[in-house]
Amino acid sequence: MAPNTAQKPAEADAACERAGSPAIELDGLQRRYGERVALNALSLSLEAGQTLVVFGPNGAGKTTLLRLLATLLRPHAGSARVLGAELPARAHAVRGRIGLLAHEPLLYRELSPRENLLFHARLHGVQATRVQDMLERVGLSGRAEEPLRNLSRGMVQRVAIARAVLHDPELLLLDEPRANLDPAASELVEPLIGRDCGRTRVLSSHDPLGGLQEADVVLGLRGGRPVLLANVASVDPEQIRELYR
Amino acid sequence: MYGRRLRALSFSTAASLCLALGLVFFFAPLEADQGFLQKIFYVHVPLAIVALCGFVASGLMAIGYLRTGDSRWDMRSYVTIHMSLIFGVGVLLTGSIWAKGSWGHWWVWDEPTLVSFLIIFLLYAIYQPLRFAIEDPERQSRYAAVFAITAAAFVPMNFIAVRLSTAYVHPRVLGQTSNLPFKMAFTFLVCLAAIALLYVTLCKYEMTAKHTRGQLRALRRRLHSEDGLVGVGGRSAVASLVAPAAPALQMSPRPQAVPGRLSESS
Amino acid sequence: MSTVSHEPVKAPAAVRGRAAPSMRATVAALLRKELLIELRTLESVPGMSLFAVTIFVVFHFALNQNSLAGNEAAGVLWVTLLLGAMLGVNRLFVADSDQGGFDAFMLAPVNRSALLLAKASALALYLLVLELVAVPAFALLLAGASLGHAFPTLLAVLALADAGVAVIGTLVAAIAVRTRARDLLGPLLALPLLIPVVIGSARASAPLFGAQGSSGRWLLMLALYDLVFGLISYAVFDFLLED
Repeated sequence: MAPNTAQKPAEADAACERAGSPAIELDGLQRRYGERVALNALSLSLEAGQTLVVFGPNGAGKTTLLRLLATLLRPHAGSARVLGAELPARAHAVRGRIGLLAHEPLLYRELSPRENLLFHARLHGVQATRVQDMLERVGLSGRAEEPLRNLSRGMVQRVAIARAVLHDPELLLLDEPRANLDPAASELVEPLIGRDCGRTRVLSSHDPLGGLQEADVVLGLRGGRPVLLANVASVDPEQIRELYR
Repeated sequence: MYGRRLRALSFSTAASLCLALGLVFFFAPLEADQGFLQKIFYVHVPLAIVALCGFVASGLMAIGYLRTGDSRWDMRSYVTIHMSLIFGVGVLLTGSIWAKGSWGHWWVWDEPTLVSFLIIFLLYAIYQPLRFAIEDPERQSRYAAVFAITAAAFVPMNFIAVRLSTAYVHPRVLGQTSNLPFKMAFTFLVCLAAIALLYVTLCKYEMTAKHTRGQLRALRRRLHSEDGLVGVGGRSAVASLVAPAAPALQMSPRPQAVPGRLSESS
Repeated sequence: MSTVSHEPVKAPAAVRGRAAPSMRATVAALLRKELLIELRTLESVPGMSLFAVTIFVVFHFALNQNSLAGNEAAGVLWVTLLLGAMLGVNRLFVADSDQGGFDAFMLAPVNRSALLLAKASALALYLLVLELVAVPAFALLLAGASLGHAFPTLLAVLALADAGVAVIGTLVAAIAVRTRARDLLGPLLALPLLIPVVIGSARASAPLFGAQGSSGRWLLMLALYDLVFGLISYAVFDFLLED
């Protein structure tokens, strides 16, 4: 991955500066939907610059966790501290320092990639020059003016990735980021959201081997409860597969 | 905790309703123009006043909910609107009967109070369909609160608009209680108090019922989860289901720190 | 952000040293996006305008009148405008709700009320276009007397009514869009809430079509309505976004 780090020296520097203080601290975190508990008793701590990979079957609470960390959902019990700010009280302080790549691309179908990104750039106070830069880096400068509904799912996912990192967030929340991406596209976005992008990452995944390669810390969820939380070195892929049985 | 106070409240409501009815039929004088028909005034107007106060109060309770996030405020707001709607049906029925008796029509458009009550009733009738159309319970409460606040502000605004628009042609006892003879005014006030008490009592009954149902559900849930702990079933049994298959998993509900990488938050 | 104990992050030049966008910049960005989507899809405004003209034709046959005057004229005009506005209200947040625009907005470090302002401005602009089509069409098809002399008053009525419809329409649309029966609940919520606007604007414009009375106090009432519900919407709108 050396060429990638060389491409983005500034962001790699930033990662060094950030190392040391925990980027995410959760203690007894809980979120309910009515009486159904979507996430329960989750406690963990993640250092800045590290990657947490979340495994679990559908409905295990992965998306809920990502949305909680993104300040889109409020916790119902326990405490959550993200980038040093207590949620939900100080959520406004970290908005704009978090990038979320959700299942939905969070983009308007009728607008072109450039218009979508310009809109987000304005909302985040980012200069318009960054938009062209991002379009080039996800390999879409050639189709930047077409409405999104004309693009393939893989291209839309690349625009969504550009949107998620447009404002250079310190924390990246990625919900199955490589869904819909072919290997070439996957390689293309590696410097933006991959292991060496220089950001703290929380990633949800269904792929045991690929997920473990990305991870520093592994979290396994089942029925909203943490059933596995360990350093990647001590996790066997078989354990991950076990989660889905 | 609810039981004793509720019983006392029920008794005093029943007593005051009896007193009010007695006064209406045996104490209050017959009105010169309308005769016996005018007695409906002692039911219609207090019902309307209480229902409207209920609507406005529900808005204040909704503010309480949005400020505190305490679901009891949401429940109060819900029950108040529900009860005001039921009283509202009474208002429209008695108003209609009165109109038929006085003017020979079941509905008259030049009675601004009744007309604006109809508009308010139509607005609040959407409250329950709105709630049931939202799945997430928390969002349901929040949206319902926003509705209740907006609608409560709408109540006086609507009155102003409708009153301005209606030529005030029919001199009626309504809205002129200060000019009533003493006996009528006294009877009216007792009726108002009795119907207000009835309103509060019915609200309390509904809240108690809801509260009890909630407690029952919580107990049942606890029963289930205790079953789960001994490994019989239920959601919390998931961990014990995974355990035999994957002995290497870390099973503690509060996962332990991983040296070097993870540090337990204090 | 000053209280957060975090080292400043080095970032590319385009990103570094940025401040959270101002309210004005946020509203401008949102409004720009809104109008861009409308221009591209033409989902709301042409439909609203065409609908209004069609309703005039329907009224001609339903009332069996070749021209209307006084209260009837004002009533037909305002019922039509209101129904046309409902079409816009129903579509106002659909793209945001279905395509994740709400989430995207919530992730940005901006003032939430900007969304209310931008959407209400967009809706007011749509209403303006609707009226640019519907009022001349009404004058041509149904109004007996010429409207030329009444132009300034009519303009004031339209402006005040539009503001009220835009504010309430935005609030109601934001409520209805995240419910299951949104197409039904939107109008059911909005129409009773807008009855004072109908009263005010119909009564204020009736004298322009030859009815007795004056417009003054109705304009005042419309202004009061706009003020009250503008403030209420501003106060409660944030609660519709949070989860």
